[in-house]
Amino acid sequence: MNSSPVAVGVFLALFVFVAGLGFVAARWRKADLHQLSEWGLGGRSFGTLIAWFLLGGDIYTAYTFIAVPALMFGAGATGFFAVPYTIIMYPILFLFFPRLWSVARRHGYVTAADFVRGRFGSRGLALAIALTGIVATMPYIALQLAGMQVVFSALGLPSDWTLPLFGIVHNVPLIIAFVVLAAYTYASGLRGTALIAIAKDLLIYTTVLAAVIVIPAELGGYAKVFAAVDPKKLLLPSGTMDNLGPTFSYASLALGSALALFLYPHSMTGILSSSSRHVIRRNAILLPSYSIALSLIALLGYMAVAAGVKSMPEFAGGFKDFGNNFAVPALILHMFPAWFAGVAFAGIAVGALVPASIMAIACGSLFTRNVYKEFLHPDCTPKQESTVAKVVSLLMKLGALFFVLELQTSYAIQLQLLGGIWICQTLPAVLISLYTRVLHPMALLAGWAAGMAAGTAMAWDLGFKSSTYPLHLLGVTIPCYAALSALVLNIAVTVVLSLVLNAMWNAPRPDETVAEDYV
Amino acid sequence: MSSSPKPEASRKFHPVYLWLLLPFLCLLWVPSYNRIDPALFGIPFFYWYQMLWTVLGALAIVPVYLHEEGRKK
Repeated sequence: MNSSPVAVGVFLALFVFVAGLGFVAARWRKADLHQLSEWGLGGRSFGTLIAWFLLGGDIYTAYTFIAVPALMFGAGATGFFAVPYTIIMYPILFLFFPRLWSVARRHGYVTAADFVRGRFGSRGLALAIALTGIVATMPYIALQLAGMQVVFSALGLPSDWTLPLFGIVHNVPLIIAFVVLAAYTYASGLRGTALIAIAKDLLIYTTVLAAVIVIPAELGGYAKVFAAVDPKKLLLPSGTMDNLGPTFSYASLALGSALALFLYPHSMTGILSSSSRHVIRRNAILLPSYSIALSLIALLGYMAVAAGVKSMPEFAGGFKDFGNNFAVPALILHMFPAWFAGVAFAGIAVGALVPASIMAIACGSLFTRNVYKEFLHPDCTPKQESTVAKVVSLLMKLGALFFVLELQTSYAIQLQLLGGIWICQTLPAVLISLYTRVLHPMALLAGWAAGMAAGTAMAWDLGFKSSTYPLHLLGVTIPCYAALSALVLNIAVTVVLSLVLNAMWNAPRPDETVAEDYV
Repeated sequence: MSSSPKPEASRKFHPVYLWLLLPFLCLLWVPSYNRIDPALFGIPFFYWYQMLWTVLGALAIVPVYLHEEGRKK
C-alpha cells in the first residue's frame, strides 16, 4: 500500500506529543510512586472529569473502534449488540460499584480479589478470582496491540526494517509503540494513562464528529447508507416456536457482556481510582455519552459497505491481512484527506495505549497483592510491592506483544472470547457478596469452577468461533451467550452448596468488613 | 437485584430503584424493536431506537441519583 507522507507526518507528530504527556504525568500531582495505590490507582484521587476520561478510555478501547464496525460490516445487525450492552452496564455500575469503592477505600483494597480475601478470609477463593482476572485480561492487551497493527498497516508504515547488528526486524512500528507504552506505564503508572486518555478523546471525538457528518453527506445520506446493506442483514431473523433465535442471542450477548465488563481488572482499577463514591455515581450518568459515539462508530461499518471499500484494489492487501477489521481504516483513507486520516489513526493508536496500559497495571496489582504478597513474600515492603507490580505489568505487555507477533491474531480473539466467559464467573464472589455474605466461600469456589468448566466446554464445542451456544430445553433451542448460561449454572451451584454447607456448619466465618464499610 | 433484605442492606427498598430496570426491559426485549419502520432520517427503527436509548438510559439513572444524594443530607 502506498504511504502518504502527510498522513504519516501528522500521525507521528500527534503520537509523539501524546506519548510525551505520559512521561510528564509522573510529576502531575506529585506523589510517592513507590506506593502501590499511588502507582496503580493514581492515589485514589481522580475527580468526576478525569475519571470520565479515564474510564471512557478504559472501556471503549481502540479494538472496539475497529472490531464493532467490522462486525457490522460483515454480519450486520448482530454487531449492534455493543450499543445495548454499553447502555445497560451503567445501572449495574451505579448500583454495585459505589459499595465496592467504599469498602475498598476503608480497607485499602486495590483489587477485587483483595475484597474477596477480606470478606471471606479465603485465600483459595481470592487466588481464583485474581488468576481469572489476569488470564482474562492478557488476550485483551494483545487485541489492543493488534488494533494498532491494523492502523500502522493502513498508514503504510514500513513494517520490516533492516537494522545494523540485528539484520531484518519485523513489525518495527509495533515494537516502537510497545516500548513507548511500557516506558510511560512503568514511569508514571495510572497518572500517565489519565492524561493520555484526555488527549485520546479529543482525537477520537473529532474523528467521529467529522465521520458522521462528512461521510453520509458524500454517500448521499443515511437512507442511501442503509439501502446499500443487504436487507437480510439489516434486522435480526426472528425466533420461531422451537428456537428463540438470534433476537435472544442478541439480548444475551448484551446482558452477559454488560455483567462481565466491570468485573475486568482494568475496569476495577479505573473505578477504584475515583476520589469518592459520588464520582462513580455521576459517571454512571455521564459515561453513556461515549455510547453515543460508539453507536455512531458502529454505523461506520455500514458506511464502509455503502462506500464499497472492499472491492477497491488499493485496499485488497489490507483486507487480505486483517479481514473485516480493515473496513474502518479503509473507509477513513477513502473518504478523508491524508492529513485527517493521520489524525484519525493517531486517535485509534492512542486509544489502544490507554486501555493496554490500564490492563497491564491492573494485572500487575493483582499479581502483586494476591499472589506475590499473599503466597510468596508476605512481609514485603510497600516499595517492593510497587516494584513487583511494575515489573509484572511489563511482563504482561511483553507476553501480549509475543502473542501478536508470534501467534496468529485469531488466537488472541478466541482467547479474548474465552476471557469474557471466564471473568463473568467471578460475579457471585465479587458483586453478590457486596450485599450478602450468606454464600459460603467453598460454595463460591465450586460455583466458579463449574462455571469456568461449562463455559470453556461450550466455547470448545463451538470451535472458539462463536460464543452463543445453543441450549436445548424442553424441546426449545435457546441460543445463549455462553458467559451467561455458565453464570446461571455457577449461581445455581453456589446457592445450593451454600445452603448445604451452612446447614452442616453453623460456625461463624471470618469477615474483616462490617456493614458500615459499604455505605 | 438491589432489594436483598439482608441485615447489611439495612435500608428499605424504595420504588425509585425501579427506574434502573427500565433500560433492561426496553433493550433486552429485542423483538419489540426488531423492525424497519418507522424510519428516522433514513435510519431504520432498530438502529435509531437503540441510539435514542444511549441518552434515555443515562436519564433513567438521574431520579435514583437524586434520591440517593438527597438521602445523604
